[in-house]
Amino acid sequence: MSKKIFSGPFLIFMLCGTLIPLGVIAFYGITDRSGAFTLANITAIATKEHYEALLLALGLALISTIICLIIAFPLGLILKNSKLGKKGFMVFIFILPMWMNFLLRTMAWQVLLERNGIINQVLGFIGLPSLDIINTPTAVVLGMVYDYLPFMVLPIYNALIKIDKNVIEAAYDLGAGFRQVLQKVIIPLTVPGIVSGVTMVFVPSLTTFAVSNMLGGGKVNLIGNIIEQEFTASSNWNLGAGLSLVMMIFIVISMAFIEKFDRNGEGNII
Amino acid sequence: MKKTLKGLYLALVVLFLYLPIATLIVLSFNSGKSMNAWKGFSLEWYKEMFENRMIMEALENTVTIAFWAATIATIVGVMACIGLNAMRDRSKSVLMGLNNIPLLNADIVIGISLMLSFLLFGISLNYGTVLFAHITFCIPYVILSVMPKFKQLQNHTYEAALDLGATPVYAFFKVVLPDIMPGVISGFLLSFTMSVDDFVITHFTRGAGINTLSTLIYSQVKVGIRPTLYALSTVIFVGVLIILIVINIISNRREEKKI
Repeated sequence: MSKKIFSGPFLIFMLCGTLIPLGVIAFYGITDRSGAFTLANITAIATKEHYEALLLALGLALISTIICLIIAFPLGLILKNSKLGKKGFMVFIFILPMWMNFLLRTMAWQVLLERNGIINQVLGFIGLPSLDIINTPTAVVLGMVYDYLPFMVLPIYNALIKIDKNVIEAAYDLGAGFRQVLQKVIIPLTVPGIVSGVTMVFVPSLTTFAVSNMLGGGKVNLIGNIIEQEFTASSNWNLGAGLSLVMMIFIVISMAFIEKFDRNGEGNII
Repeated sequence: MKKTLKGLYLALVVLFLYLPIATLIVLSFNSGKSMNAWKGFSLEWYKEMFENRMIMEALENTVTIAFWAATIATIVGVMACIGLNAMRDRSKSVLMGLNNIPLLNADIVIGISLMLSFLLFGISLNYGTVLFAHITFCIPYVILSVMPKFKQLQNHTYEAALDLGATPVYAFFKVVLPDIMPGVISGFLLSFTMSVDDFVITHFTRGAGINTLSTLIYSQVKVGIRPTLYALSTVIFVGVLIILIVINIISNRREEKKI
């Protein structure tokens, strides 16, 4: 008896749980309700409401990914260089929120940003104008950054601590300043971590419907919201499946783009 | 100067991460329904939460689904690693590529595609479909954490066991399993947390009848936030904190023993 047979259950789950469902969603995407072939569900992306939602989702996902990167990279550097004895504990603090349900964390911002919410009360108390961002794209970006920041911190930190200290010291010894060390040594060596962080923030931000629903108050419609509504409210499954296919194309494109960037980065090291 | 700047930066990020959670914790002890004014200390929302049957049922579903999904995914994943390692490199790398699809795919697409498949094949959505979906997306995490351990494995200890008369099954449990155990445990824990944390896939594959904590929270927030959810947040946060600290202590002790 060959050992190969042990992968049987895995293959069954892959087939029934991943491959067949992907086939089914593609089938729904290119047929209409009666089952006849049509491209109408795909070309529906050209409708104003749909392509605006896609563009908005791409834009907000890009912005929140960049903000996460800007926050996480210096954070990783500081944690890497900190001489605190409890380094593990410090890292633990920054990724602990990841384990709390993201809907509850998003709800917390809903409470904070409320028109008479706590932030506005504090602002009013110290005589500052109130912050009116609930139900706007700004609030949605804030929620995305808050929810997905740990996914950026963790891979970047892991890549940073793997860098050999001697390499950095050698660069300094050879006369490089901090800026040069950062540009020529640290950042190129961190690229794999940055790439996985970017993927882990960008894809969920692009496809979310819960965050935009909770912090956008129904006024911020991303492509995820449109698709979700097709399955729950308006129940036009074929249209929802078609739009999902379009969204998947954008995920694949962004992955390919990120992957290419990764190769270039690794090429630089050699 | 530089040091204070660094400290300030860390403090700001910590504030950003924990202020919202701290707010929920403080508000959970507030008496009265007010979302923003302090009306005095009370535990009434905790009482209401523990007496709320919907929340307790959702909690039970979340934990049992996560447990079974993680257990089955771990068994299937470890078996898959054994099988994959016996294959030719070509088929192995194709299957490992396949294994990456659920990891890279968007949750909403996984959820919708499973829901459409279930309905197309006449399977009504219930506890079982959610469990199936969770097992499917947990398996890749198990394989990713167990596979590297198999690479580090020294094959001749297993062969030595066979030469000494052990049956393959006995040799696996006595020789191979202890060596890959750290990977198996981290695969199980990763699966468990992924399952507990999942909202989107559950949202599409659950029927009308069952809720996990995530789907319950989502539907309740849509209607209007009640302070019971603050109490729930506090309980979850404290629970997670305790579990992580315990896991940390155990793994630290293990490492000390090794040294």
